[in-house]
Amino acid sequence: MALSVEFKPVFDCVGWHVSLSLQGRQLGCERDGRWLFEGLDIDVHCGDIWHVAGPNGSGKTTLLKVLAGQFNEFCGALHWQGKPLGQSREHLAANMLYLGHSPGVSAGLTPLENLAWYEALHDECSDATQREAALAVMGLEGFEDVPVGHLSAGQQRRVALARLSLTPRALWILDEPFTAIDQAGVEALEAQLLAHARAGGAVVMTTHHVLAIDHLLRHVALG
Amino acid sequence: MPPSETTQRVAVLAEPTSRRLGVAFGATLLRDLNRVRRRRGEVLNPLVFYALAVSLFPIGISPEAELLAVMAPGLLWVTALLATLLSLDGLFRSDFDDGSLEQMMLSPQPLAALSIAKVAAHWLVTGLPLALMAPLLGIMLALPFHSMGVLMASLALGSASLSLIGGIGAALTVGLPRGGVLLSLLVLPLYIPVLIFGTGAVQAAIQGDAVLPHLAMLGALLAAALIFAPWAIAASLRISING
Amino acid sequence: MWGLIHKLGSPKWFYYRSAALQPWCWGVATVLLLVGSVWGLVFAPADYQQGNSFRIIYVHVPAAFLAQSVFVAMAVSGLVFMVWKIKLADMAAAAMAPLGAAMTFVALFSGAVWGVPTWGTWWIWDARLTSMLILLFLYLGVIALRGAFSRRDSGARAASVLAMVGVINIPIIKYSVDWWYTLHQPASFTLTSRPAMPMEMWLPLLIMVVGFYGFFIALTLTRTRSEILRREANTRWVKALLEEVN
Repeated sequence: MALSVEFKPVFDCVGWHVSLSLQGRQLGCERDGRWLFEGLDIDVHCGDIWHVAGPNGSGKTTLLKVLAGQFNEFCGALHWQGKPLGQSREHLAANMLYLGHSPGVSAGLTPLENLAWYEALHDECSDATQREAALAVMGLEGFEDVPVGHLSAGQQRRVALARLSLTPRALWILDEPFTAIDQAGVEALEAQLLAHARAGGAVVMTTHHVLAIDHLLRHVALG
Repeated sequence: MPPSETTQRVAVLAEPTSRRLGVAFGATLLRDLNRVRRRRGEVLNPLVFYALAVSLFPIGISPEAELLAVMAPGLLWVTALLATLLSLDGLFRSDFDDGSLEQMMLSPQPLAALSIAKVAAHWLVTGLPLALMAPLLGIMLALPFHSMGVLMASLALGSASLSLIGGIGAALTVGLPRGGVLLSLLVLPLYIPVLIFGTGAVQAAIQGDAVLPHLAMLGALLAAALIFAPWAIAASLRISING
Repeated sequence: MWGLIHKLGSPKWFYYRSAALQPWCWGVATVLLLVGSVWGLVFAPADYQQGNSFRIIYVHVPAAFLAQSVFVAMAVSGLVFMVWKIKLADMAAAAMAPLGAAMTFVALFSGAVWGVPTWGTWWIWDARLTSMLILLFLYLGVIALRGAFSRRDSGARAASVLAMVGVINIPIIKYSVDWWYTLHQPASFTLTSRPAMPMEMWLPLLIMVVGFYGFFIALTLTRTRSEILRREANTRWVKALLEEVN
């Protein structure tokens, strides 16, 4: 996919039937009497790619978990589509794809089986062709039936990332998606993130990579 | 920017729809069985341990058939309990390490139900084979033939409770680097009622007493474990995952 | 109501309020324990069957009561901590656990000592002693689990869950052990099941039981207060307090 850099950081979503909004106000998280982060404001809208930066142990993963609605020990207010999370948790979950720090693929299963399990968890029907296509996007042709344990770390990460194109979700929350991915893969993933934002989606991610699309990202720094 | 230029599907917000629990439950159960199919050694290890540990007792105590027959119900049950315990540490470990558990939490289905699917798979590959294998070891311990059926039934019924209760311990310790020993400390005291009624059933069968009350108690314990354990397992998994 | 719960849950508020209560608890507990032991060990009549060895019930029975109650109290604190996220409840649970384990051990040990003149052996698989032994393991499990987590909050939650699981299991364990015991040997006479104890015998026992509970409350108060200081060491009010002391 050809990429040009003229895109505005916030993609124009007017005309799309999407208005996505995840709003955090004065978010704070305390662990064992120590504040990981405090008084954090974040507004995720369609077309945004947020980059959560910060040194190790500054609470990046925790912030992503808070935003994904899976970690409730925080203070501050979190609104999805204008409604507090308490009322909109299911709606958020139905429109959000979270890929964690660990890839979330089981070593004993093949990439196809892993993807099929995720589809079943969410009761989403897609057939093997679609799964194979999603794996192909990630450059995993020919590895569909090899147990994931035999694949390299980068390939395992790619299996997890295949869910991005398999499961259409508006909001992507990605914890270190570039880990173990090679240079070509990084570029392809960057393009995929941009395309998602352009299509009206939104991304919140952490990464220690310096990205070519860095100037298009919105940044929030922790720690 | 028209969407046709991208390979991406346009993001459209979807209303949450009702998802079928059965699909997720079945898929999780089959997934675990499928994994085991690829790594048969993991199923065999508890069984080999069972056979090995049982054969230690005649060596350590006495080869006298009469003495062994008296001790057989207890030995077979205690050893089966330890074999189950041995396999528990792996119940959630790999899913925890590779991040699958975290993804299970994000599923629209209750974590309690999904963890039951995993426990069921654990029972199918550990408890049930142990129960089926027990008569073989019973012969070696001079257990009377007419009690073999009860031995199998009590082990099959009881080991389901063992898997459920053990699941709580496994979920509590899965985030700890060396949780294995701690796991036994947490779980063994909770196993005692199952052990009592399990051996009780086999002893009653040997003596020709009524077996049904014991089996009924095992059933009651299983029912109680089915009611309480899923919630405890889910709560413990959340603690372990969120650190 | 909600405001009150949160006020009660504030460690600072609790620390200052309990300061006045603490000496009273210790005072009452000490007096009761002194009166109860002197009465029970010196003035109460000897048992017609067991002679003076029965007097060990003045330690055994209160300790056994406490061993079970503390576990329930710990589980209730755990529930409060999990449901309302009141950290004070967890501090109390953490303070109680070793005391409960110690009481269980005392009950076991006194039972074993009593066994020597009565059964002629240090240990007998009596239903009550067996249940106590299992209870001790449950306590050790809760304490070990709390300590195993590097993050204190996670350890607290895990210990709360285990305490709640344990408290559901205690009656089941007790019932099944009783069943097991009656199945294997006819109930001989045990330390505590005795018909119609005369007034002079059970009144000091009652005083001892109340005294033990008083001791438990006083010790839990003190331990919770020091736990508050330890956990809140970085807060302004504790620092101010320490400066005052120095």
